[in-house]
Amino acid sequence: MKKILIANRGEIADRIIRTCSRLGIETVAVYSSADKDMPYVRNATHAHEIGDPPAVKSYLNQDEIIRVAEEEKVDAIHPGYGFLSENASFARRIEEKGITFIGPSADVVEAMGDKITARKTMIDAGVPVVPGSTEIEDAEKAIAYANEVGYPVMLKAAAGGGGIGMQRCENDGDLEKAFSSSQNRAKAYFGNGAMFVEKFIDEARHIEVQIVGDHHGNIVHLYERDCSIQRRNQKVVEETPSPFISPETRNKIGEAAVNAAKQVNYTNAGTVEFVMDGEENFYFLEMNTRLQVEHPITEETNGVDLVEWQLLIAEGRALPLAQEEISPSGHSIEFRLYAEDPNTFMPSPGKIESLEFPEVDGIRIDSGYESGSTVSPFYDPMIAKIIASGENRKEALEIARTFFSKFQLKGIKHNGPLFENLLQESDFQNGHYTTSYLSKKLAHKK
Amino acid sequence: MNEIKSSMAGTVLNVMVSEGDSVTSGQELVMLESMKMEIPVEGTEDGTVAEVKVTIGDFVNEGDVLVTIK
Repeated sequence: MKKILIANRGEIADRIIRTCSRLGIETVAVYSSADKDMPYVRNATHAHEIGDPPAVKSYLNQDEIIRVAEEEKVDAIHPGYGFLSENASFARRIEEKGITFIGPSADVVEAMGDKITARKTMIDAGVPVVPGSTEIEDAEKAIAYANEVGYPVMLKAAAGGGGIGMQRCENDGDLEKAFSSSQNRAKAYFGNGAMFVEKFIDEARHIEVQIVGDHHGNIVHLYERDCSIQRRNQKVVEETPSPFISPETRNKIGEAAVNAAKQVNYTNAGTVEFVMDGEENFYFLEMNTRLQVEHPITEETNGVDLVEWQLLIAEGRALPLAQEEISPSGHSIEFRLYAEDPNTFMPSPGKIESLEFPEVDGIRIDSGYESGSTVSPFYDPMIAKIIASGENRKEALEIARTFFSKFQLKGIKHNGPLFENLLQESDFQNGHYTTSYLSKKLAHKK
Repeated sequence: MNEIKSSMAGTVLNVMVSEGDSVTSGQELVMLESMKMEIPVEGTEDGTVAEVKVTIGDFVNEGDVLVTIK
């Protein structure tokens, strides 16, 4: 592999460029007119403008991306996360042109992208899934099912994701009201109106497992990430190892993730997401068939470069490590720095006047922006990922505290102050938190 | 005629009203998705929906008229 196109933007494009540069691989960046001054555009070997700011006209514009890939004669396309990363038809189209898609096969992307199919597949693999329905046609049937499993339930679109396309319902009235509007919306927005109902697991933790498979039948897991600190069903802080689970559960959930991956002959990097209740019972939620935003914490504790692994596997090489050779050490926590109000979480696009990351030992920064960059309203508002690693959790938290006490960002609102507060709280320090932690904390403040 | 405009660039996730509907001030008329957040757009006065100018999936810029109310 000598030259790859990165069909993404911001920090993840920069992240992929870094590994490629180290390995002597040329990179082709694509960018919308809103992103022409972004660091990744300069950092890539070649860069092409592909369209107007709205994602459908640029980062989701398959024709234009494929045109650039052919013109540049790239060997492969790395889709990053979001955008086209879980688009099976894009993966098929480029493979037909002899360009490698850096990810699993299009069939696996498609099967796991439909949450109803994914649930069925996992049930067949013997992996525990959240109690839930198959496809439900109307509100009446949804209500009947909800009464069977008990409220609260989550009404979900089979094609949903990223916190969009799901709604919590407390009773028959809620579900009746939510069903048709959610279904219409899913039809229009995702092009697929299939709905299902899941039991809502209260006081849950979100635990996911990094897996990687090669084309020689090997699949390994690189242990878990605890992603329970969320707002609007979207992750804000992730850490590994989870401060909550026992060593037995850690091994069990890793094995379950590998079984899930084996069921679909998974290749390349992927993540199996689970919800876990207070008794450490865990249930499959979904599988993300791409590199995850929070992959750096797994890299830090395992001492590996997952992008490098992805490239090796895409070239047909075998996994560099066997399961018994994977033994993470230390503790790593990622904080997602967003351009948003730290209290209301409302996005705060605009120009970053100054952005200074203090130099602190144990801190890794994966950033997409710099002083003078503009956070445009067109894309996800994440500015950078701050990854703090230490020999143990206490040390990692201390490193993070030092970082955020010195961190400076001027010009737009950002959630740095939220992390400063969070790092002072005893519940967080003790690892006592669930997915409702941030919403409860903010409700308490009001 | 009261024009309800988008406060932010984003994609129309849901349109909750149709032409001829009577609406009240503060009622959610349109749901936008911007920067991965669902942002409700509310009516600013009581009236009747004269025109819905967007459909689900449309991309709108800040200041675009979404709904007119008479």
